[in-house]
Amino acid sequence: MEHIVIIGNGISGVTAARHIRKLSDKKITIISAETEYFFSRTALMYIYMGHMKYEHTKPYEDWFWKKNRIDLKFGFVNSIETKNQTLHFEDGNTLKYDKLIIATGSKSNKFGWPGQDLDGVIGLYSKQDLDALEALAPNKEVCKRAVIVGGGLIGIELAEMLNTRNIPVTFLVRETGFWNPVLPKGESEMINRHIIKHHIDLRLDINLKEIHADENGRVKAVVIEDTGEMIPCNLVGLTAGVTPNIDFIKASVIETDKGVLVNRFLETNIEHIYAIGDCAQQREAIGNRRPVESVWYTGRMMGETLAQTICGNKMAYKPGHWFNSAKFFDIEYQTYGWVFATPKEGNAHFHWKHPDDTKCITIEFEKDSNLFLGINTFGIRMKHEVFDRWLTEERSADYVMEHLKEANFETEFYKTFEKDIQTNYLKQFKMAQL
Amino acid sequence: MSNKLNASMSIAKPDSQALTKIQKVAVAIGVIGLFILVLAFFNVNFPNKPLFLTLSLIMMTVGTIIFANNAYLTKPEGIKNDGIWFKSISARGIVGWATGIALTVFYIVLYFKAEWFGLAGKGEANTGLIALFDPLSQLLSGRPASQWFVYGVLYTVAILIFGYKFILKYRHNKYERIRTYSVMFFQLGFAFLIPEFMARMNSNLPYYDLKSIWPLNYYIFEEWSVKGFLSSGTLGLMLLLFGIASIFIITPILTYKYGKRWYCSWVCGCGGLAETAGDPFRHLSDKSQVAWKVERWVVHSVVVFVTLMTTAVVYSYLGTDSSKYWLTKDVFLIGVAGLLTLVFALVMIFKRQELAKDAKYGAIGYFVIIMALIGMHYFSGTNDIFLFDATTLKQSYGFLIGAIFSGVIGVGFYPIFGNRVWCRFGCPMAAVLGFQQRLFSKFRITTNGGQCISCGNCSTYCEMGIDVRAYAQKGENIVRSSCVGCGICSAVCPRGVLTLENDSLKGRINSNEILLGNDVDLMDLVNQK
Repeated sequence: MEHIVIIGNGISGVTAARHIRKLSDKKITIISAETEYFFSRTALMYIYMGHMKYEHTKPYEDWFWKKNRIDLKFGFVNSIETKNQTLHFEDGNTLKYDKLIIATGSKSNKFGWPGQDLDGVIGLYSKQDLDALEALAPNKEVCKRAVIVGGGLIGIELAEMLNTRNIPVTFLVRETGFWNPVLPKGESEMINRHIIKHHIDLRLDINLKEIHADENGRVKAVVIEDTGEMIPCNLVGLTAGVTPNIDFIKASVIETDKGVLVNRFLETNIEHIYAIGDCAQQREAIGNRRPVESVWYTGRMMGETLAQTICGNKMAYKPGHWFNSAKFFDIEYQTYGWVFATPKEGNAHFHWKHPDDTKCITIEFEKDSNLFLGINTFGIRMKHEVFDRWLTEERSADYVMEHLKEANFETEFYKTFEKDIQTNYLKQFKMAQL
Repeated sequence: MSNKLNASMSIAKPDSQALTKIQKVAVAIGVIGLFILVLAFFNVNFPNKPLFLTLSLIMMTVGTIIFANNAYLTKPEGIKNDGIWFKSISARGIVGWATGIALTVFYIVLYFKAEWFGLAGKGEANTGLIALFDPLSQLLSGRPASQWFVYGVLYTVAILIFGYKFILKYRHNKYERIRTYSVMFFQLGFAFLIPEFMARMNSNLPYYDLKSIWPLNYYIFEEWSVKGFLSSGTLGLMLLLFGIASIFIITPILTYKYGKRWYCSWVCGCGGLAETAGDPFRHLSDKSQVAWKVERWVVHSVVVFVTLMTTAVVYSYLGTDSSKYWLTKDVFLIGVAGLLTLVFALVMIFKRQELAKDAKYGAIGYFVIIMALIGMHYFSGTNDIFLFDATTLKQSYGFLIGAIFSGVIGVGFYPIFGNRVWCRFGCPMAAVLGFQQRLFSKFRITTNGGQCISCGNCSTYCEMGIDVRAYAQKGENIVRSSCVGCGICSAVCPRGVLTLENDSLKGRINSNEILLGNDVDLMDLVNQK
């Protein structure tokens, strides 16, 4: 029986395994050095916040794997011997594979800051990171202040987490607004205000210079590049993005760049070896997507696709319209299609914001043709299926604005804002033309 | 799931579980209010009962209001689940267990030793706790209080004050707000005030909470109850007819349109308490597949039990002479058998596919009841179903289901098994409504394309123990008979994936192998069945 070995039990590897099982009878082994069972990485924050326990983050009960004949192996792979199709583990064990799927995910970025490896400096990606955080910052007595470096999705999550334990947080953001390489100005500024409303000490346009240690080698303070200010703290969260977790592959003949290089079929340069999820890098980017996509959904989609290929139905990774979501403290965010921080050439933005400063939308469209390109929505839930269809049908911005109600996914009885949005859109773009 | 309190991996206490100073004062005020009741229980004879009763109720109310204001209004609107698994009360810690034991003991005394609360014997005056409530009862219905009046007052107060707390907690969520106003209204008006006023108007009328529908209200068709209605003139007759219409006409229509939530989380008193006072315990429900299996067997067995019991009880007091009254023992049995056969046949003909595996459970239940009916007919003349006397059957149901299950386990165990144990495992009304919700209702919880991140908030906070995530991560609608439509899964979802909807029956139960987001061809290919 063909033996499929998957390194990594995150969403990509597990999705691939599940679909291979559905489609075939192959022997499947999933290897992980992180946790024994698959858990939802995106839910790590809720464990620290006391919303859930670790058990709740496991999407499948423990009996699921045995029942579906998916073997789980807990261990760390040191190297891949491609010639003999053998994996070598840290503890000296080996494992033969017929096909190998690399789905090892990411690790936190470190940009060579002095002191970045001190005790008390953490990233927030793995279960081990969470355990370290729990030990370093159990409460505000042990951790008197935390400094977070990096104004992106993980940084704001970490700020929210520490906030629930009343630990004062200083949030250093290199850019002039939260996540503003991605979010348009109006949105980024709204989130800035929301962060401050939660009593976070948000410092924009600020760079980290170095991290200082006390006599025991533990974090004592950070120094800011721009002002020279020293901020005493017991914890430093480095959340300036992630990078593929592929150090153990670098010595092999498998071609890598930032990530493991793959073609559209998610194949590496070595036959029978594939890479999916955060650790895979497309040789050529797909559309507006980045070559390395470190998003839950893309990992899942690659897993779905690769399972087809492995089971004899060779299929290219062809993601549909871009979508993503996040939550910034109390404000939910969804995006469908492409909205850039500043409109691409020939495009325009329409931005609407509710006076309560927790809801806004931005749509991007082509100026000449009025073609709708994408929407960011904050604090208003909208339907994935409807926007996916409108993007496929190449609807105009006018059409989308007119039919916005169809896309509403809010809870019953919620106040809706389509009318106000439409009026504003017309005022801004149509009245002028008349 | 283990019962171990695994609050935090750190030795030091996480800060978030500590109460603020104001919250401590609020707790003290509430506890003093409660202490007045305890003193009354130990037969302290308060000189001015109305004053002390008022004081007690007001202190408990004010304590809760101050606590809730401080806990929620000091923070921005949003989900307020911080530290739930770190707090002793809500994470099965020592406080949780102590509360559970206290509640359980309370229920045992309430059901089986009411004289300990000071319930008077015949011709005597109440003493102790019940005497403290006499003035209020006299004011409302003109009768002295009973243990049920005391219970009713405390129950109503609990729904009102914890309802207030719940509304603040979810003040950003209009669905939750309206739903909570609704349960507060129905408890105060329908369960508490109206029956008391009715008793004042007509003393023959049995206590009748209009929203308590058979089979939840399992005694409504018992002889004393029916006699009470029939001896109370037109009003009594109207009420009896309303009771029959409630289960056979009103319930099916509303459940078709809105799902069983119209009852379970908007109207019902058990649901009302679970959603308000029980809200801090909703995450303690067991989500394992084993629990789901147990749930289906137990709750449907209760339905079979209550159907048989009611049939036997009604049968036992009906006559045999059709010239005296048209509804004789035989006509009644044939009627029941006919109705059951009709429902069973319709389901098997039209909904066979959707039931699949569950069909055999339905068939077993149906078979048991029909055999029992035939048995009754066969042993006609005696009141026995096989060997069980109708009275015995009634008493065992009242004891096992009415008292032990719904009261002692249902509420007493809130802090251990979660707030919907009774609704999930025991309530025959919930099972009947759920059966219809699964097969013939416009209600479903819709998932939003491919946006689920499998975080598990929805499953964790589902009080009915539904593994919501299992559906959401497949992009599948949630159509489960046990869902009471509380809406919390949708509220706690951080990615806006879930919403409660009423829509057409077509395509209501869907399932996707591949989620939205991948190339459309792949989705078509893999999803074609």
